[in-house]
Amino acid sequence: MKVKAQISMVLNLDKCIGCHTCSVTCKQTWTNRPGAEYMWFNNVETRPGVGYPKKWEDESHYKGGWKLNRKGKLELRAGNKLNKVALAKIFYNPDMPNLDDYYEPWTYDYQTLFGKESKHQPVARAKSQITGEYMDLTNGPNWDDDLAGSDRSFGEDPNMQNIESDIKGNFERTFMMYLPRLCEHCLNAACVASCPSGAMYKRDEDGIVLVDQERCRGWRFCMTGCPYKKVYFNWNTNKAEKCTFCYPRIEEGLPTVCSETCVGRIRYIGVILYDADRVAEACEEPDDTKLYEAQLGLFLDPNDPEVVEQALADGVDMETIRCAQKSPIYKMAVEQKIAFPLHPEYRTMPMVWYVPPLSPIMNYFEGKNSIKYPEMIFPAINEMRIPVEYLANLLSGGNTEVIKNALYKLAMMRLYMRARTSGKEFDAEKLDRVGLTEDSATSLYRLLAIAKYEDRF
Amino acid sequence: MLKSRFFKKVEKFNGNFTQLEEDSRRWEKLYKERWSHDKVVRTTHGVNCTGSCSWNVYVKQGIVTWEHQSTDYPSCGPNMPEFEPRGCPRGASFSWYEYSPLRIKYPYIRERLWKMWEDAKDQFENPIDAWESIVTDPEKTKSYKSVRGHGGLIRVKWDDATELISAMLLYTIKKYGPDRIAGFSPIPAMSMLSYASGARFMSLIGGEMLSFYDWYADLPPASPQVWGEQTDVPESSDWYNSQYLMMWGSNVPLTRTPDAHFMVEARYKGTKVVSISPDYAENVKFADNWLAPNPGSDAALAQGFTHVILNEYYNNQQVPYFTDYVKKFTDLPFVIMLDQSENNEGHVVSGRFLRISDLKETNEANPEWKPMLVDEPTDKLVVPNGTIGQRWDKSEKWNLDLTSEFGREISPKLSFLGEDYKVIDLPNFDNEGNSIYSRTIPCREITLKDGSKKLITTVFDLIMAQYGIKRKKIDVFAAKDYDDADSLFTPAWQEKVTGVRADLVIQIAREFAQNAADTKGKSMIIVGAGINHWFNSDMTYRAIINMLMLTGCIGVQGGGWAHYVGQEKLRPAEGWSNIAFANDWQPGCSRQQQGTSFFYFASDQWKYDELDNEGMKSPVKTIKDGYKHPADYNQMAIRLGWMPSYPQFDRNNLNFVKDYKTNDIKEISKKVVQELKDGSLHFAAEAPDKDINQPKALFVWRSNLFSSSGKGQEYFMKHILGSENGLLAKQSENFKPVDMEWDEKSVTGKLDLAVAFDFRMVTTPLYSDIVLPAATWYEKEDLSSTDMHPFIHPFNKAVDPLWESQSDWQAFKHISKSFSEMAKKYYSEPQYDLKTQPLGHDSMGEISQPYGKIKDWKRGEIEPIPGKTMPSLSLVKRDYTAVYDKYIALGPNAGGKLGSNGYSYSVANEYNELKDIIGTYTDGVDKGYPKLDEDRNVAESILHLSSASNGHVAKKAWENAEEITGKKLADISAGLTEKQMTFANITAQPKEAIPTPIFSSAKHDGDRYSPFSVNIERNVPFRTLTGRQQFYLDHEIFQEYGEELATYKPTLPPHVLGPADTKVEPADKELTLRYLTPHGKWNIHTTYQDNLYMLTLFRGGPTVWLSLDDAKKIDIKDNDWVELYNKNGVVTARAVVSQRMPDGTLYMYHAQDMEIEEPLSTITGNRGGSHNAPTQIHVKPTQMVGGYAQLSYGFNYYGPIGNQRDLYVNVRKLKEVKWHES
Repeated sequence: MKVKAQISMVLNLDKCIGCHTCSVTCKQTWTNRPGAEYMWFNNVETRPGVGYPKKWEDESHYKGGWKLNRKGKLELRAGNKLNKVALAKIFYNPDMPNLDDYYEPWTYDYQTLFGKESKHQPVARAKSQITGEYMDLTNGPNWDDDLAGSDRSFGEDPNMQNIESDIKGNFERTFMMYLPRLCEHCLNAACVASCPSGAMYKRDEDGIVLVDQERCRGWRFCMTGCPYKKVYFNWNTNKAEKCTFCYPRIEEGLPTVCSETCVGRIRYIGVILYDADRVAEACEEPDDTKLYEAQLGLFLDPNDPEVVEQALADGVDMETIRCAQKSPIYKMAVEQKIAFPLHPEYRTMPMVWYVPPLSPIMNYFEGKNSIKYPEMIFPAINEMRIPVEYLANLLSGGNTEVIKNALYKLAMMRLYMRARTSGKEFDAEKLDRVGLTEDSATSLYRLLAIAKYEDRF
Repeated sequence: MLKSRFFKKVEKFNGNFTQLEEDSRRWEKLYKERWSHDKVVRTTHGVNCTGSCSWNVYVKQGIVTWEHQSTDYPSCGPNMPEFEPRGCPRGASFSWYEYSPLRIKYPYIRERLWKMWEDAKDQFENPIDAWESIVTDPEKTKSYKSVRGHGGLIRVKWDDATELISAMLLYTIKKYGPDRIAGFSPIPAMSMLSYASGARFMSLIGGEMLSFYDWYADLPPASPQVWGEQTDVPESSDWYNSQYLMMWGSNVPLTRTPDAHFMVEARYKGTKVVSISPDYAENVKFADNWLAPNPGSDAALAQGFTHVILNEYYNNQQVPYFTDYVKKFTDLPFVIMLDQSENNEGHVVSGRFLRISDLKETNEANPEWKPMLVDEPTDKLVVPNGTIGQRWDKSEKWNLDLTSEFGREISPKLSFLGEDYKVIDLPNFDNEGNSIYSRTIPCREITLKDGSKKLITTVFDLIMAQYGIKRKKIDVFAAKDYDDADSLFTPAWQEKVTGVRADLVIQIAREFAQNAADTKGKSMIIVGAGINHWFNSDMTYRAIINMLMLTGCIGVQGGGWAHYVGQEKLRPAEGWSNIAFANDWQPGCSRQQQGTSFFYFASDQWKYDELDNEGMKSPVKTIKDGYKHPADYNQMAIRLGWMPSYPQFDRNNLNFVKDYKTNDIKEISKKVVQELKDGSLHFAAEAPDKDINQPKALFVWRSNLFSSSGKGQEYFMKHILGSENGLLAKQSENFKPVDMEWDEKSVTGKLDLAVAFDFRMVTTPLYSDIVLPAATWYEKEDLSSTDMHPFIHPFNKAVDPLWESQSDWQAFKHISKSFSEMAKKYYSEPQYDLKTQPLGHDSMGEISQPYGKIKDWKRGEIEPIPGKTMPSLSLVKRDYTAVYDKYIALGPNAGGKLGSNGYSYSVANEYNELKDIIGTYTDGVDKGYPKLDEDRNVAESILHLSSASNGHVAKKAWENAEEITGKKLADISAGLTEKQMTFANITAQPKEAIPTPIFSSAKHDGDRYSPFSVNIERNVPFRTLTGRQQFYLDHEIFQEYGEELATYKPTLPPHVLGPADTKVEPADKELTLRYLTPHGKWNIHTTYQDNLYMLTLFRGGPTVWLSLDDAKKIDIKDNDWVELYNKNGVVTARAVVSQRMPDGTLYMYHAQDMEIEEPLSTITGNRGGSHNAPTQIHVKPTQMVGGYAQLSYGFNYYGPIGNQRDLYVNVRKLKEVKWHES
């Protein structure tokens, strides 16, 4: 056992209002400068949708992340270093998004509005920030917001595969959710493994993954390697750049910008202790649907004296261990099992996790008396609009059971709290069925709803 | 250089998979340097966003770099989520504006006008004469007005700009009168000083401030109608206290971004959330149930719910909580008279409330204003305490204790069930033709004072009849059951109208009511613009409010009506209004004009109005004073003192004293009355196209009026501005008002000067003649509050105003100075301004026209008596040389009595303290008066003089309320007496406002703000006719339109182009769609819609949303350019095709301005308009009623709303995308 500390984040998608405040505050703070115009360290995607860059989840195209080779061993999907040199990819690497896959950043000829008298009212037109030419806008970092252009987004979202086809184009069966995304600061970061220059590293003390701006040589294999497409190329400095988990703030005890400014109050930050010796083994779990549990198995109980002892021996300081003991991430991911990694099947062991969203009842367009149990004032899980398969494709490598269990838990917590706040009896056995007790349901409620600043960060 | 690692021992683990590197990490300082900054300043964003969020602005080397939300709001307590962090992506992108190319850095003037002005100044020594030489020359005026909006603004000096403005003002005042000058600035709460600056200047010179809340159609007329309250709503954290939350036409995550989390988090506490929205809106994501009614059919849905509630909770069973509530706090037990039906022999129709004056001769005060109910134990008709008659009879304590006028305890009787029965005729509204339906109604016969017999019933019985609730075993007129689709207002009937399944309506209604019964009223409905911007929105709102009143939810924490549309709560109200309207110098000197009627006439929309009211009237009642044309109702409302009207008369108001050679107001009044009667004097609004009656100057600050809120934009462009426009409509040929002067000639370009004060170049400055550079929200000091949260917090300067910009307060100070100096030279004689004033709410004026009967002096039905049957008249002395001196000092009346809503209390102590706090002038005419020369002093004054921000004032205010009501109230603010907000302490941390009787919450001890709780918890009457919440409104005009009770009225019929309008060549594929303009995600009105971040985050220009099927029908693919038009104008935009849109409806999200990515129209050849181009307003007669209890005028309180939802457009592909003339 080798204990390492990882700073990590949980986003409660059930609370996400899709407002993009996180994206804007992040961009203002970090990437509103030449060379970084198109970069959004943090972005928010409407789902179903194609995301940013376009269809980033299509790894058959982008070749990001890891796969198991015939021997069952981990291998970068884009091939190893030798392969890069052998195929001369080092000079031409086709496996990464081009500018159009992100979008061509633009501005406007605003000054026209102050110009001299003209035949018609002047108007500010879009101009490329790259070429300075007028532009016909066809793509942006959030082009399909709120199901805009849903023809494309429903059809081209890889997670929609194997889902009932009559949802598409059907007003009455519409659903949507939001997915805020940032660098996953993976335990098994494919970007780090891809870097030929050794410029990328995972910090020993907190696991934050960074690109050394002095060592980066601009080969851009990190962009290929990252299956989340969260490493970008600054065309001004010719270096790769990515989300830094706001380490200048984290080091001073402040949460990341995206977390603190999250108006939906959906983000939690905390420390997780994990066994670094077993990462490769966990990543080599052959069954995609078990990768989530394999990753969960790496996390160590910070209250276990043995773990604490080993952690201290491995150089984790006591303050970090105390943080791990209070970590909301541990509570949500390990204790309550309501948070999940994004696309564990990429085998990078991502460390930004998500609570899946509840959604409105679907069957109201169906026959009469659709509410069979009037005391069940909330929709049952199998009546919800967002197909569980969709969530499982996103968050559990297709494992629908674990997603369902999390949704059951959330729904049961609501029922229990409703009974409590309206002074009614509640059958404790119902809680038991979903793995809750009155105490744990209450503490889950407080963590998700009351969610004070100091409980989130 | 990379160091070789071959020979270095490295630590490997994870089965050799991972290796430890020990390279230097010094480079990490790079991002740390990026994060460093020199200071952090607390400020906020102003005006048009009601979020009122506290932000930290980061400054580095004197440059504003970025902003993050502050997270230090006072706590909501251990068992609630906090307010932090409040903010949204729009606010987070504000700093982009600071140094953006859109920034207005200097004063600008239209070049053509500037040249004329330079020439004229060479010719005339007196600048007033110079201005006259320009505006009296039609060629000159045409020359500069016709190029408004076409660019060609040149940079000038501040003093040059203010000189021209002053010359224009003085010329206009001398020639036409000060009320030809108007000021428009909206929503003061979110930058109070900035609003107050121009308002104070306007008030001192006699120009009119135009109302905005009603003009925006954000005012819910239902609120004053039902409660006598402009609007009062729970703070957003109170959503969390709810156990059943409906979001109805309010897209909370999108429009209430900073507060949405309270709704989201309430779900975890077990609150059920229901979303009612025609599209799969953002808020649907959080709902347990989604109901998608057809747009505009919401009243029918509410009536379906109400049917179930009445049947199951008032008929099948009685819930004591509900019945006790409605007996005490609503007009349901009040008695109304039944009149003979005009249509069916032996049938009756509902009449007006029975008053004690109907029953007997009496000496007591205001008998016509004392409605009655039956006391159950004695079975006698009594006047309960709390009515408006008692309110203005100061001899008694006025409260809602269940006592009669003699202090005897009473128990209101709700129904005459089991007594007599009659068949009552009721109106049903349908675009195919209105009809009458009949119901059975319990009633009782009584004898009136003249000996005649009269049938009476209760409001409760009337409602039960309206809904067809079966109360007797056999009732042929009642609904058979919920499935009876032929019986109005049943769940099955509503399904036909709304498309929402009946069984779902039954289920939700039950859940909603049962929850209220279980929790004593903790069911809440959040309503918003989606259902409020319609012509008949008051009907929809009343129908929804009825649900809440019937279930005892109003006035309960976690329950009730939560209306969030452009709402505001300017918490330190008394101190502010004193300064804003210059009452500190001259109480009542300001003119406050109803915005909608001003623009209806000024933009000549009245001349194009096609809305024949005849088809909208109740088939069961006719009244003799009715009209067909909305403009005629407006004229009646003006002359009867219901609504204000400025410009005032077709004569300069400064001339009356001169012409009559007296300054005795009694004498003048007599002559004015005589002249009005004999037709030698007219209200200006009767002939708005006449030169003398036109508004000549308009100041717009803190607003993008010509685009964002210019409903009927192309009418504005043509008639107010005289610029290029896209209007396709022609003036009506047949449908004309009878009481107005009709000029076939079309008058264009009424304004001589449009002055805009802004920080960014958008439509309003583009189309103005003078553009002044405004300091941004990060460059000035100001105050902010809202009803979304309970705090008062400041604007602060992160940096000094950039370039030549100034704060609003300093800008109007500058203008005042230039104006007064010019007046000293050329117009120094004090003038007497004759001012009209409508009958006001919360004044004796509200009991001046009894029984809700129209008595029109113009028709000889009554004598014109100022302040009673027509507007009141007063003289205001205007010394134009002293405007500056008054502007910069807090006048002596600020030390007198302040107050609001009928309460008043002395602030003499506080005024004296202020002298020490902000200092006084030591010499000159302002000697001894507190200084208002600096923004911060104004802020201190507002905070110190207001009950919400000064505990000592709050104490006095509650004591006054105790005196009036005889109820114990002062305990509400007890313990907060020492609480005193200062600019410094609210900068340290936002402070929670002190509860005050000028708002309706009894919030204390950590409660969340919940409106009307002071009425429900403390028995303080509502400021209505009955003193209760009113289901029933008995004014004649409400009877004429069948709106005594809430009922479903269809949206206005589709109308795209009339036969006489400009022909448009039909395209191959073209579709007529409903045109809706909901609030957008990437903008707050037009702010941020031009901001590069927001444009980048969604498609970079104007868009319209439509459904997959609709798009397919006209061959439109996602992102194609489309053109949409109707008689009012044309817009080009790109299509967003989405399956979350219902068929038949197109969304153009609100306030996409026309200066960003808007191509030329192929139809007009001109620039396409903004989202407002296809809009026009329709004014509703019932919203003009005045002089009648809660239906009395108040600024931004009552008046016709500028609704713009009931519209349709034709949509087609844009053939060719052309940008400029080439």
